[in-house]
Formats: sequence, structure tokens, C-alpha cells
Amino acid sequence: MAYNLKEAMKKPERLAGGHKMCAGCGAPVAVRAVLRGLKPEDHAVICSATGCLEVCTFMYPQTAWEDSFIHTAFENAGATLSGVEAAYNALKRKDKVKDEIKFIAFGGDGGTYDIGLQSLSGAMERGHDMVYVCYDNGAYMNTGIQRSSATPKYADTTTSPSGDVIPGKQQFRKDLTLIMANHHLPYVAQTAPFGNFKDITEKAEKAIYTKGPSFINVLAPCPRGWRYDTPDLINVIKLAIDTCFWPLYEIENGKCTITYKPKEKKPVAEFLKAQGRFKHLFKSGNEKFIEDIQSEVDKRWEELQRLEG
Amino acid sequence: MAIRDRLSGNEVVAIAMKQINPDVVAAFPITPSTEIPQYFSQFVSNGVVNTEFVPVESEHSAMSACIGAEAAGARTMTATSSNGMSLMWEMLYIASAMKLPIVMSLVNRAVSGPLNIHNDHSDSMGARDSGWIQIYGENNQEAYDNVIQAIRIAEHKDVLLPVMNCYDGFITSHAVENVELIEDEKVKTFVGEYNPEDYLLNTANPIAMGPLDMPAFQFEHKRQQAESMKDAKKVILEVAEDFYKLTGRKYGLFEEYMMEDAEVAVVVLNSTAGTAKFVINKLREQGIKAGLVKIRVYRPFPVEEIINALSKCKAVAVMDKADSLNAAGGPVFTDITSAFYGKISGVKVINYIYGLGGRDVKTNDIEKVFNDLLELKDGKEMPVYNYLGVRE
Repeated sequence: MAYNLKEAMKKPERLAGGHKMCAGCGAPVAVRAVLRGLKPEDHAVICSATGCLEVCTFMYPQTAWEDSFIHTAFENAGATLSGVEAAYNALKRKDKVKDEIKFIAFGGDGGTYDIGLQSLSGAMERGHDMVYVCYDNGAYMNTGIQRSSATPKYADTTTSPSGDVIPGKQQFRKDLTLIMANHHLPYVAQTAPFGNFKDITEKAEKAIYTKGPSFINVLAPCPRGWRYDTPDLINVIKLAIDTCFWPLYEIENGKCTITYKPKEKKPVAEFLKAQGRFKHLFKSGNEKFIEDIQSEVDKRWEELQRLEG
Repeated sequence: MAIRDRLSGNEVVAIAMKQINPDVVAAFPITPSTEIPQYFSQFVSNGVVNTEFVPVESEHSAMSACIGAEAAGARTMTATSSNGMSLMWEMLYIASAMKLPIVMSLVNRAVSGPLNIHNDHSDSMGARDSGWIQIYGENNQEAYDNVIQAIRIAEHKDVLLPVMNCYDGFITSHAVENVELIEDEKVKTFVGEYNPEDYLLNTANPIAMGPLDMPAFQFEHKRQQAESMKDAKKVILEVAEDFYKLTGRKYGLFEEYMMEDAEVAVVVLNSTAGTAKFVINKLREQGIKAGLVKIRVYRPFPVEEIINALSKCKAVAVMDKADSLNAAGGPVFTDITSAFYGKISGVKVINYIYGLGGRDVKTNDIEKVFNDLLELKDGKEMPVYNYLGVRE
């Protein structure tokens, strides 16, 4: 059935309101959009790495998760959920569990790109029937906005501060989505919550109902770390997409499809300008840094188009 | 009829795991425990178990997957050694705090550095306060018997704690000994079905596990965990009693050897007990009243019981196969002397750090300890914190 926002929103919420995530945070919006990819009648076990999402949704004695949920540590959502999935296979064989259960892990970019990369890679390589969703806000936001390998070049963070000599982070972002694609998984996608959430929910549904390991990378801006006004969340996401800073695509059994091509590719400066973490780039004399970012965005966008073929 | 066989320690533990037929085994190889997942994955490949084997990419992931599996409602086992358990460190505490009855065979090996693959107890001693029950075995038979009993202990509703089945790397893990195996059906009946009350895969009653605790709750949760460890002592003895009825092999919190009238005694763990028993037999022939206490259950620590066993001695040497590097004494020594405090006086207790990094412990080393104890008993002054068999 074709995607319909009204119908999608009728599904029961699986992440209940009342959690403690900040206003204007992309993560809970992304999580709810992903969970709408589940058929309402299907059960799920959700796992989260330590991070904002975990500490704000499951502070004893309250939980916002309607499904079974497990958190153990920061760097091991992949491994933890692979154990749950292994248990499911064993207990299903013994007829001790009869229902269909889906397995979804959430981790921030810290828990996914960096400290949890090995655990994620191992879980995906072993072929567990699970989906790993990274909510990428481009820094270690839970500990107070420290740089990660997902932080964009020149961003001002608390461990890559822009100073008199060094203008913020000195490295370009790690391209985790393509790293995961090179695990030759049945389904890998890059998405973001915006518009009617069609892109993210359809990709989530595909990932959840594709047999085997899937990976979805979701752009999930952080108002504290990115320094935008909380109502601007969706605008900032839209700028990331329209500048091709965050292209939307999927790789299904090796076939790459770009799922959204902006009619007019906007200059990356528009995305940067919407955020306080790039404020220093707009001082006179710093134009070269913006040019540097633009040329990298262009290069990666061209590479992606070549991959699509 | 029990089955007599000649098997290595790792082989016999893998056979116990085959007989237990757990739902999930997640493991990563490390010497000298590697053979356990090797043997076990062969059982899986041959279809003689219906376990889900997860060949993880690290020990951190091994323990993480074990936690996930056990939380999901699966009986889960693993094995490791030394640095492998060091990498699990964070997850050891999480496993016990989540009250998950995982059973792990820990084949004792020195922790780096320097890198060393041989036996001492620095791995398990470091984890003595991680909230895991620790059971130690002298030989292949005990490693086998302990791992089977560990399932029952861990899963008991008054306990629900993970258990470490510790035995010595190479000395026990690789040496082939005569062992008596229990029939498959009897092991199956002894361990029973695992039916947890709450688990992730129970769709009728979803559960959230592993919360963030604030100061308003963490203390109560740790207090409850501590109570489970206290309750474990009784359960360990009950399980041992059932095991005795099944096999005729008696287990307690520790083994007393020639302790009825012992004036001088050593306290040891694991394989050194065999060497010490040999020396004690020789000394007894010479009329020397020597004895041994071999600790089986180190966590929970049998405070009352152990000082009762040692209370009639005149001099005791606690032998630690791990150093605390604290300028005061080894871990077992510290626990024993603390147990004595304020309860028994007049027993002289000294400490020997020995066998680090697989340094061989020979009969003449143990004889030296007893000779020292005889002199100590007769009034000679001796330092408390000693090293045995090291070049100074």
C-alpha cells in the first residue's frame, strides 16, 4: 500500500510521550518514524546504546518503550542485540517462543561510528536478523558536545573548539553508511525525518522486513550541539538534504538508489549558516573554509551519483 | 553407570556444556580457554546440541551477547581467560547487576603485562568483586562437576547471579586425567529446564532492562544484589548435596585436608592443592601435623566457616597465585586475615605470593612453606608478606 501520512500516524506509538529528550531534538522524531515501519501486530525488542536516547527514555522506574527494551552499555548495542536475536532463534527452535519478533538497535554517532563500530561491524557480518539504526547528531552530545568521527569539518565542539589558530574540527566526516554498504548487507540506507516522513518510514519498513542484517543512518540534529532554535529542526534537516550534505539513498542487495534529488542543489553555506557551531566560518577571511566544505560535499555527491550508475 | 574416560580439562568442560545443551553460547578464543568454543562449535556443527553459537568478534561482545541472550530468556554459557576477561570487564559488572545467571568457564591465566599465556590467578582475582559467584576447581573432575552445579546455582531464584567456573590454565585445561562423566540424561535432569520469570522475548509481558539509575535507586539495587550473594552460600551447599546424591562426590564451600588436628596449614586454590596434598602426606609420615584448606567458593566468601576450619592451627600460610601490588598482601590473604579479625586470636597467618606467570610450583616449594610455618609456630619472627620461588 502506498505511504499515507494520516494512516501512518494512526499506528500506536511505540515510544511513549513524556520522555526527557530536549525540545527540537531529532532523535525521538527519528525513532518514532522508524518504529512506524513496524506492523502494529508485530512484536519487537529494542536495544539502545548508552547515550541521550537511552538515559532520557529509561530512567528507573519509568520507561517510554512500549516494546521490550534492553540497554547494557555504550559500545555494544550490536553485540547485545545479536545475543537477543540468537536467543530468539534458539527458543523458537524449541517452541518456547511462538510470536514473530523484530530486533532494532539504536545508537548515536558516538556509540556507532566510534566506540561501537567494532560491535556493529561484528553483528552485521555475522548476519543476525536485525536492524541497526544510527541517529547521527554529529558529536557526543550526551557528554556535552565533544567531537566524533561524524562531526563535520570545521564544526565548533567542546573538544574541537574554534580558536584563534584552529578553526574547529580538522577532519571531514567518516562515511559510515558506505562503510556499512561495503559489508555487503542486504539493505543499507541513509535517511532523515522530514516532510511527511515517507522516506524514513519506508526505509525502516524495508530494513525491518528484509531478512538478515540492515543498517540505517538517520540524520538527527541536536539543538544544543548545532545551536539552532528548537522550532527549526525540520528546516535544518531540509537544508542538509537540499545542499547534498546529507544525501538520501538506499543500497538494496548492492543496488544503489538515490531516493531524493534536490531540483536545485543549494550551496552548503545555507546549511552551515543555520547553525551556531559554524558561526566562526562566516567571519571575513574564513571563506576558504566554506569553500573547502563545499568541494568535499560536491565530491561525495558526485561519487554517490556514480555509485548509483 | 557413570562413564570413565581420559580427558583434558577443557575437553571435559566442553562435554559438560554439550550435556547441559544451553540455548546460546557466545565466545571469542583466547589461550588457554580456546578449545572450549572449538569443541563446542563442533558439537553445533554435528547437530548434537541445538544451541545457537555466536562467534563474536571480541570478548567484550562475547559478554555483551551473553547478557542480551540471557536477558532474552536463554540459558547462556561462555568461556574465556586472562585478557579476554579484562576486555569483558565493564560487562561483568553489568551482567551481575542485571541478575543474569550466565555461566562462564574462566581458565585461569596471567593478565598482561608482560604478555604471558601461563597460569596464575590474576584474572579471576581482579574480578573478585564484580558480583560474580566464583567457584574454583583443583582438577579436571572438579572443573566438570563445578560447571554442571554452576547452572543450578546461578539460576536458583534466590540467587540469579552469574557464575565463574575457574580452573588452572594448561595444568588443568590441557592435562589429560581420568574423569568420571555423568550420563547425559542425568545431567539433563539435574540442571532441569530454564524457565525465567521475566525476559525480553515474553511478548505477553514486555520488559525494559538496564535503566539509568539515579541516586534515589542505585543504592537499593546494589543492596539487593549484595543480598543475592549472601543467599548464594546456602544454595551452593544445597546444590552440592543434590550433586552428592547423584554422583557420590562431595563438595562444600572449601575442602579440608588433614585439618582435624593440623597445627600448620596452607590455604590454596585450584591445582596447587594436589601438590600440597602430596607434601602433607609426606610430612604426616614424619609426624608433622600439616593440613590444607582448599577454597572452592571464593565468592561468596565463607567467612565464618573458613576461620572455624583454621581456628585450631598455630600457624597458617595463605598462598596467593596473584599479587595485589598493594604493598600489603595478596587478595586471599587479605580476606582470610579480615575474617580472623576480632574473632580468633593466637593463629599466626602469613602470606606467600607464588607461581606468577606460570612459574612452576614444586613439592620442595610447598615443603619450604611448611618449614617456615613450623619455625613460625615455634616463635621465630617472620615477615608477613612473602614471595615464593622468585629470583630476588
